[in-house]
Amino acid sequence: MTGDGERRAVRLRVNGDEVQRTVDTRLLLSDFLRHELGLTGTHVGCEHGVCGACTVMIDGRTARSCLTLVVQCEGRAVTTIEGISPDDGTLTAVQQAIHEAHGLQCGFCTPGFVMAITEFVAEQRGRHDFSDAEIRAALAGNLCRCTGYQGLVAATRAALRDALARQARPLDASADRER
Amino acid sequence: MSTTTVVPASGATAVIGQRMRRLEDGRLVRGEGAYVDDLDERGAGHVAFLRSPHAHAAIRSIDVARAAALPGVIAVFTYADLGAAGGPLPVVSPHDDLTHPVSPTPLAAGAVHFVGEPVAMVVAEDRYVAEDAAELIAVDYEERPVVVDLEAAAADGAVLVHASAPGNRAGRSRQRVGDPDAAFAVAPVVVRRRVVVERSAGMPLETRGVMARYDPRTRALEVWDSTQAPTSIRAGLAGLLGLDEDDVRVVAPDVGGGFGTKVHLFYPEELLVPWAAVRLGRLVKWVEDRAEHFVGSHHERRQIHDVELAAEEDGRIIAIRDHFLHDNGAYSSYGLDVPLVAACQIAGPYRIPHIDVAFDAIYTNTTEVSPYRGCGRPQACMALESTVDALADELGLDRMELRRRNLIAPAEFPYVRDGLTFADGKTVVLDSGDYAPALDCVLAALDYDGFAAEQARARADGRLIGLGLACYIEGTGLGPYEGARVRVRPDGRVAVAAGVATQGQSHATTLAQVVAEVLTVPMTSVIVVTGDTAAFANGAGSYASRSAVVAGNAVHRAASTVRAKALRLGAAMLDASPGEVELREGAVVRLDDGRAVSLAQIAASSNPLLYGLHDADPPPAAAYGDDGPPLPDGEEPGLDAVGYYSPTAATWASGVHGAIVEIDPQTYEVAWRRYVCAHDCGTVLNPTVVEGQVIGGIAQGVGGALYERMSYDERGQLRNASFMEFLMPYATEVPPIEVHHVETRSPLNELGLKGVGEAGAIPPPAVLVSAVRDALKHLGVDVSSAPLSPTELFDRVSART
Repeated sequence: MTGDGERRAVRLRVNGDEVQRTVDTRLLLSDFLRHELGLTGTHVGCEHGVCGACTVMIDGRTARSCLTLVVQCEGRAVTTIEGISPDDGTLTAVQQAIHEAHGLQCGFCTPGFVMAITEFVAEQRGRHDFSDAEIRAALAGNLCRCTGYQGLVAATRAALRDALARQARPLDASADRER
Repeated sequence: MSTTTVVPASGATAVIGQRMRRLEDGRLVRGEGAYVDDLDERGAGHVAFLRSPHAHAAIRSIDVARAAALPGVIAVFTYADLGAAGGPLPVVSPHDDLTHPVSPTPLAAGAVHFVGEPVAMVVAEDRYVAEDAAELIAVDYEERPVVVDLEAAAADGAVLVHASAPGNRAGRSRQRVGDPDAAFAVAPVVVRRRVVVERSAGMPLETRGVMARYDPRTRALEVWDSTQAPTSIRAGLAGLLGLDEDDVRVVAPDVGGGFGTKVHLFYPEELLVPWAAVRLGRLVKWVEDRAEHFVGSHHERRQIHDVELAAEEDGRIIAIRDHFLHDNGAYSSYGLDVPLVAACQIAGPYRIPHIDVAFDAIYTNTTEVSPYRGCGRPQACMALESTVDALADELGLDRMELRRRNLIAPAEFPYVRDGLTFADGKTVVLDSGDYAPALDCVLAALDYDGFAAEQARARADGRLIGLGLACYIEGTGLGPYEGARVRVRPDGRVAVAAGVATQGQSHATTLAQVVAEVLTVPMTSVIVVTGDTAAFANGAGSYASRSAVVAGNAVHRAASTVRAKALRLGAAMLDASPGEVELREGAVVRLDDGRAVSLAQIAASSNPLLYGLHDADPPPAAAYGDDGPPLPDGEEPGLDAVGYYSPTAATWASGVHGAIVEIDPQTYEVAWRRYVCAHDCGTVLNPTVVEGQVIGGIAQGVGGALYERMSYDERGQLRNASFMEFLMPYATEVPPIEVHHVETRSPLNELGLKGVGEAGAIPPPAVLVSAVRDALKHLGVDVSSAPLSPTELFDRVSART
């Protein structure tokens, strides 16, 4: 990038790897990830923070990479869809659930939903009895123009059940033994 | 979600009709999709456009000197640089009624006619610098009067958008069936209604983008375009740029939604980016940002209908008359398809012998209009269904009973509307359908019979609930044709290439189902490529609810040709007669002793070049025998066939949607309590995929019913050009949808398919109007427009109470 903007060195972790670059201070995190690092799984749908296609995790919390300057990530850990996805080419439980419930069509919003649903599911401490309305509220930070959301709601419900099944629950296990 | 087959198809087969999981998901869900902006862009010149800030102005001068001098800028182009490529862009769909077509030039040639019109193109080392440079271009504009409001633009003495189009009319059309004037003259009951639909847009989540590479040594042009019609782009680019068609390849890579917005061609950028690549002899890339998309990619929907229904006292509808204004935006380079399709659907599924439908297509100083999912059908559905509800009130008849009395019955098909022409230029002939079961299904699902009592109880509690319903028909499966190539590879996998393109419709899965069925192979061994002119160049593209019908049948034909050859050659290789073998699990098998040759073996054996190059364990005898040449006259190598399907006419899908809504008596927000749809798209290739299409369409319809409205001010500025103010539904705004399938096989194609891509988007605004009207009827409030905002509802109720 040329122009008369200020440049600054930045150092951050991306998907566990240390990254150091000198960048224009106005460079968006979304553009940095996609074009500087080639991590094109994070998509850009609006550049004003509404659609959620650019959702990444910054220090473990979902964030809009289109509204974040890369210099704001100094010393932080960024996780993208590439970092979430298993190295062996398989799918996480959330990804598998989205696939099985036909929760994607064109795929453009999908990485953002994977991040959002992954965070939502991880935050639940064993609770799984969400109403349809509650799940829809949890998904209301991401736009999808193709699916009408029904498959994504079903996928989230399935992912919650799956997470519940995997959770170690010593108290419940002892209750089972007593029965 | 409940899914019930209401009228089951006969002869369900093994793979077609099954809820097969998608083959394309693995990479997409891992973020490994390759959309235009993801492709290798190393060495690209990045493009930014300077766009007009004025809705109507003359350009007195453009000074690019400061922009061109900015470090990192490669070139700056204006109209003066374009030469032969600067002519008005071609009209996609010429028509006799389009009497005053006006197309834009790729860059403004001395005047601009809408905010967002491209004026200059900057190519730079990166997009940030390109945008910096665009800001340095000095344009001296002389503003001209602007007209934005549709009725104002259509009125006598209106400000003109184009001097060449008197009265701002791009065209006018009138179609008549029977003798509507006579019918209206004697009809005992006539109701009139004005129905208004506001401007909206498809808004795919991926904006448009084009990347092009030109190699001056080979004169080869490669283009990657987020388009629904790469075959058409290729054909046009060759002509417009003076290149050999054979030297031009266009690829639609992964595309993040289309919805019609990406079927228009040529958008200026689609010509300019390849042109710049040729001019500069390098890779050039442009991706739209959302703010650009709002003004630079097309809109649709704005129409004002004045509709009348004439009826007998017993509820028989005798005639419909509709005159509407259609807002074309600043140009008409797509043509009149949107209002023409609206016009030919105006009578819906009803037996209406006399029809008079006319429209004026009007220019305004706004973004141009071209089809968005539904293509005029949502507006026609609203106009018709809203007036049918009003007619029921006038007659004192139950609105569902009124509909039932007028629905075309199965015995009446094919039902001809002589005087109405569909988009294929042919008379509207409804080929098949069974409308009453869909109506019954929705009414039963919503417990219509019990609703009046429930509504009365709710009103007593101060709650406002209403039940709405709308019926629709949809002409689908438009020609001229599609084609596909099916080839069994020596490794046993089957390669399919089709001319359509994909933006999420699951073609890689549904077309694989067709091939898997015909060739008895696992779906996972079928690889489908769409949207690449190097793989298959003959076809029109994906739009107008046509891909499954036209490409599906083309794939079926090609696969059937492969199947027939495999059986013939396999039988010969097994020393059997044709009646002694069958195709089973990807192999030709002798019925008596079970000896078999696989499709892979037949493919290798029938291509003399491949002997010995592939494991055939042991190598089979040459498929053509030892006498004569290795490839006999009339034979082609391998198991490899091309098939085409060209429909004789459109095939007509249909459906009924119904909903129960509740209006908050204080905030006037509308909540959907139930949404039920019964739809008929003939044979269902994959119920899950079809439901996804229908539900996705309904979500867009919900947007159009309640939220989506392009808000222009009187100076032609789009005030809500962002997702913060142009509201689209999130998961919280779309209700759970209950989908019921009705299947009346199309008699017009082998697979019995009807299109379904647009179906969901057609009736929701009509359903919402119907439901709100029902909820507020006791207050004397009537509504007939979309979208309906809480403020409007509050105002209407306040005015009455």
